[in-house]
Amino acid sequence: MATKFRDNVKASEITDYKVYLNRRNFMRGAALLASGAATTFLYRKLNPPPAEPPKGQKIETVTTQPADNLAKSGFTVNEKLTPFEDISNYNNFYEFSTDKREVAGEAKGFVTRPWAVEVGGLVNKPKVFDLDELLKFAQEERVYRLRCVEGWSMVIPWIGFPLSKLLEKVEPTSQARYVSFQTLLDPNRMPNQRTGVLDWPYVEGLRLDEAMHPLAILATGLYGQVLPPQDGAPIRLVVPWKYGFKSIKSVVKINLVADQPPTTWSAEGPSEYGFYSNVNPHVNHPRWSQATEHRIGEFTGRPTLMFNGYADQVARLYDGMDLRVNF
Amino acid sequence: MKDTRFAKVLIFINCLIPLALLLWDTYRKQVGANPLEFVTRTTGMLTIVFLLLSLTVTPLRRITGANWLVKFRRMLGLYAFFYGFLHLMTYVSFDRFFNLKSIPGDVAQRPFIAIGMLSFFLMVPVAITSTNKMVKRLGGKRWNRLHKLTYLVGVGGVLHYWMLVKSDTRIPLTFGFVLLVLLGYRLVMKYTPPSEKRVTPSLFSQR
Repeated sequence: MATKFRDNVKASEITDYKVYLNRRNFMRGAALLASGAATTFLYRKLNPPPAEPPKGQKIETVTTQPADNLAKSGFTVNEKLTPFEDISNYNNFYEFSTDKREVAGEAKGFVTRPWAVEVGGLVNKPKVFDLDELLKFAQEERVYRLRCVEGWSMVIPWIGFPLSKLLEKVEPTSQARYVSFQTLLDPNRMPNQRTGVLDWPYVEGLRLDEAMHPLAILATGLYGQVLPPQDGAPIRLVVPWKYGFKSIKSVVKINLVADQPPTTWSAEGPSEYGFYSNVNPHVNHPRWSQATEHRIGEFTGRPTLMFNGYADQVARLYDGMDLRVNF
Repeated sequence: MKDTRFAKVLIFINCLIPLALLLWDTYRKQVGANPLEFVTRTTGMLTIVFLLLSLTVTPLRRITGANWLVKFRRMLGLYAFFYGFLHLMTYVSFDRFFNLKSIPGDVAQRPFIAIGMLSFFLMVPVAITSTNKMVKRLGGKRWNRLHKLTYLVGVGGVLHYWMLVKSDTRIPLTFGFVLLVLLGYRLVMKYTPPSEKRVTPSLFSQR
């Protein structure tokens, strides 16, 4: 198609060359800015910055033993604490988000009152514990290592009480051999439960002797404050010698049972996650090295310790067991 | 789009923005508790994004008839290589601490790393032969055949990501779906007889 040119253009109608160039530069600048802003927006949308941690209420604690006993029993490790900002902004809590940095934002405003934990099953005295009753158990500080199956670790000053103290109250019967735990199921409060990323509700389990071990606690706080929602408020399990996912968050139900209960991650990938899931540098995982770990806040790797460094306290629980089979 | 030179500058700068923001966030300590994981994930995702963008050029060109789009293909591909290189270096430096001896064992135990590395090394010959000189030296046909390696790199990259994630496979599956569409389009075009291909444009030639 031929273009028709007008040959009757007056000189005064022709845009000045300088103006023409300026306009062109202006358009270029505008295009650059607009596209740059769009790219920035897109990147920020896909890679959001972490949210500010909320400040919680203080919790009163008691000290049960002298300092050197605390170290010997594994109640306190003498390692640098992971900063509160990191503990409260880097969370695996799929009920809110599968992105560890987004959990804090998604969990903001999570309502934890009223809250009750129903303890039952093979027990003589089943009971529903209100949160305030649970907070009446003597709260202790426990400084534990936390080793995630993904290859990172933290040192966290928890506040809580031994799980055994709760179990003693309900008196497990002689048939009870395992303890099963369940997280709250409420898609209105835990929005990611609307997706099918895991089989909800999240469930976990321990053998009864593991659950009765003094290192196994129910945590209600960290850094002297009430647990932030993203860390499993208002009450969660902490079993420091097992991979982090065993330490189930926002617990509403505890059941004593005779047979090994199903657990969420081993149902998801039986070849990758076992029922025991003890921290074990000798059992390899196809996704993450279990021989070494990254301590959050450090830039060199460190070797992962058997039972996460709690071998002296817990190895006897597994005497005679092949931990490569029962991983 | 006659102003190709400017358009190239525009795209060049936009492709660098993610890196600039990543560096800025790292400098301002806005990359969360595990900067290593964050940087690794971000550079990895960017690699796949740019791979997919470079693979989008040809179908988009065919469909819209905007042939000038091909002028940006090389740059997008080289950015995929660039971000892939940063991704690999993050792993070598921060994950392995330049302990090169520990890499073979790590790769052998974790198939997803092996696939990722293989995909990166497949990009090397493609990146090296991306210059106009190389097209001439190899000849268009051979050059084209060599650059079909990109399809394999795309599959490898998505597979690498998919194997890594624990259970939330939404993002890798999205990438996989996009890749499937892009490669599927090529397959369909290949097996569509040329006569039929010309049927569609005739819609416009009927006056």
